[in-house]
Amino acid sequence: MQARSFLDINRLSLEFKTRNGVVPVLDNVSMQLNKGEILGVVGESGSGKSVTAYSILNLNGNASTITAGSINFDGLLLHKPSSSLLRDIRGREISIIFQNPMSTLNPIRSVRDHLKDMLTAHAQSTQAGAEKKSLALLEQVKIRDPERVLDAYPYELSGGMCQRVVIALALACSPRLLIADEPTTGLDVTTQKAIMTLIRELALKHDVAVMLITHDLGMAAEYCKNIVVMEKGKVVEKGSVEKLFKAPEHAYTKKLIAATPTAQSELDDLTPDPMLIAKRLQITDDKILEVNNLHKLYGVKKGFSKKETFHAVKGVSFSIKRGECVGLVGESGCGKSTISRMVAKLDDLSDGHIIFDGEDIGSIKAKDFINSNMRKDIQMVFQDPSGSLNPRHTVFDAIVEPLKHLEKISDKKALHKRVLELCQQVDLDANLITRLPHQLSGGQKARVGIARAIAVNPKLVILDEPTSALDVSVQAIVLQLLEKLRHELGLSYLFVSHDLNVVRLFCQRVLVMCNGEIVEHGEVNDVFNMPTNKYTQALLDAIPHFSVNNL
Amino acid sequence: MKNWFRHTIYIFSENPVSIFAVILFLLYVTMALVGHWLVPYDPYLTNTDIALQPPSVSHWFGTDHLGRDVFSRVVIATRMDLGIAFSAVALSALVGCTLGSLAGYFGGWADQIIGRFTDIVMAFPLFVLAMGLVAAMGNTVENIIYATALINIPFYIRVSRSEVSVRRNLPYVQAALQSGNSHFRALAMHIFPNTLPPLMVQLSLNSGWAILNAAGLSFIGLGVKPPEAEWGIMVAEGANYMISGEWWLVLFPGLVLMMAVFCFNLLGDSLRDIVDPLRRT
Repeated sequence: MQARSFLDINRLSLEFKTRNGVVPVLDNVSMQLNKGEILGVVGESGSGKSVTAYSILNLNGNASTITAGSINFDGLLLHKPSSSLLRDIRGREISIIFQNPMSTLNPIRSVRDHLKDMLTAHAQSTQAGAEKKSLALLEQVKIRDPERVLDAYPYELSGGMCQRVVIALALACSPRLLIADEPTTGLDVTTQKAIMTLIRELALKHDVAVMLITHDLGMAAEYCKNIVVMEKGKVVEKGSVEKLFKAPEHAYTKKLIAATPTAQSELDDLTPDPMLIAKRLQITDDKILEVNNLHKLYGVKKGFSKKETFHAVKGVSFSIKRGECVGLVGESGCGKSTISRMVAKLDDLSDGHIIFDGEDIGSIKAKDFINSNMRKDIQMVFQDPSGSLNPRHTVFDAIVEPLKHLEKISDKKALHKRVLELCQQVDLDANLITRLPHQLSGGQKARVGIARAIAVNPKLVILDEPTSALDVSVQAIVLQLLEKLRHELGLSYLFVSHDLNVVRLFCQRVLVMCNGEIVEHGEVNDVFNMPTNKYTQALLDAIPHFSVNNL
Repeated sequence: MKNWFRHTIYIFSENPVSIFAVILFLLYVTMALVGHWLVPYDPYLTNTDIALQPPSVSHWFGTDHLGRDVFSRVVIATRMDLGIAFSAVALSALVGCTLGSLAGYFGGWADQIIGRFTDIVMAFPLFVLAMGLVAAMGNTVENIIYATALINIPFYIRVSRSEVSVRRNLPYVQAALQSGNSHFRALAMHIFPNTLPPLMVQLSLNSGWAILNAAGLSFIGLGVKPPEAEWGIMVAEGANYMISGEWWLVLFPGLVLMMAVFCFNLLGDSLRDIVDPLRRT
């Protein structure tokens, strides 16, 4: 018999008590993890990967019960822990890096307080010694100027810095198992690379076992040795990275690998049976949108009378041809959302021109544009499919809004007919139209958002990270759907995204933004294969990727 | 509608305390609506022969110094007290939510003016302000309602202002604007309904509080005037007889008053859950 692993989760089953009865969440989940190893737990939302990790530390709450199986952590049985054992183990033996670093840290406590708390709670240091140790920890996670950060409050730090602090906290007591629950979701790719490199380094140096929970196969491939693939509370496949990517056995693994956009894949490769798209759309030289020297300044209040201005967009010019899809990429804070909001006329510009369909709409104020007959020609699909739907409105209410107000249709039958037509266009089950947003899945919500945007037959649709909140397999379908709609309805897209792989396979041309300026633009293949700008190169370099050939 | 009804039933059955609150609430509403026809005696009929009798089978809550049946008076007082409370709460919710929503959505000088008005009203000891208003405007039921409404307005302004201002930049509001809604429409149809859950708690707690306020004003002689039956006056009148041992004059109206306030305080949580769409499955 082989020696027991450092962490051994054996046939774990777990269920949650809910209003609609008992829901089984984990079913016979087994995984093993050794010291110094990084294990990737991969799966889409709701697959039970976080629940598995949380069950190690009993963080699932009172509604959950472990019905079968065991968790063995270096000889300690953690599936039926006493509260004193848990208190002892949490933070000291096993640490968690949570998903959202901003909300993991308590906003009213400084970094110093956080670290000191952790250190003294587990008797790792005296009150007096905590300071020195804290500084050492911050240096360990490569924070520049640790003295300043020690006195900072979470809101004064960027997302990447916060995550480093969270990692420092997790490492404060030299744990032997580190659970990283989507540690870089919501962070930029360059930051993601830095954080993941750091985690890998620490794992190797201190012989820490790391459980990396992620939905990003590319990341799992790049940083893990072994991978466990989960679907609907079950482990469907596990094995080494090499085996998994070269010869995936389970259908779900294959689907997941195919759906993840890589540097080589095409839009049709993402799903096993791609949508039939009649590629009849011809891109003409006729420009639907022309943006000239666009500026946006925000006034930031400093003190009583001082006002500083923040230059969010600094003289940006670009154009979109009729029928074309132009990608706009850049890291958070580069001004890409500001541009999309200005083009969508949801925000006023400070200077410059936006010429849409031959008319300068830049001079029209956003609040007057509502009454303009061009309002229906420019529509936007928002980033967060949940947040962009009114929680009190059913699917029907949501899609009918623009029809009522922009098309001025008031006949109930006509409205109903049009909504059903739209549902069919975006592949949304017509039975869902009486549902409320929280009763829908992420993909369904995204479809509602798209149906609402195309309801009034717009000429230009601004897609603001329309798939960033979706699972890869859903993203694949939504991207194909958008491509189909572009050809069927002759739409032009401005596609805002931080995911370069998606932009590459979805757009014809791309604009790379950095600090409010466009640093590079051109045909996607030219820009991605031969980037001339340093920033573009760094961005491309930071994308975690897997390619079967390199493994 | 059917779904809504089932949801409501679920919310109440989830929590036994709220069932108790609902039963109590229905009881009060029944007393207010049909109490006048159900009472065993004419609540205004004086009969000094049977003055100050303790509770008995014929007079459940005893009789007062003029020989009027306390039970009948307590029951018919419900309409007066709940009427004042509900009108006052409705009025202050209407005005307060409108002002608060406008302040929260548009910000700027509207927010400044409405905010300072709120601060000024709240700087007064509220009950004393209500006393002053009723004393100045005259001792009528309408004036009690206006005064009670005015001192409650700031709370609605604050709740709805903060709830609206956190929502005004949410994506679904942006989506509503690009769907052709005007700012006013987006505020009224998209933002405001989503602020209802916390407002329902405020509304319910406030109803209880408004009853206390109305009874309090009457107790100190600035509200409903005798011989009108009203819980506050009855307690005030009964207080004179406490020393001589006629406890039932104070106890029963006071108890009914207390239970009413208690009931509204309990009801708030359930009401919030009913109007919260996320609680529906």
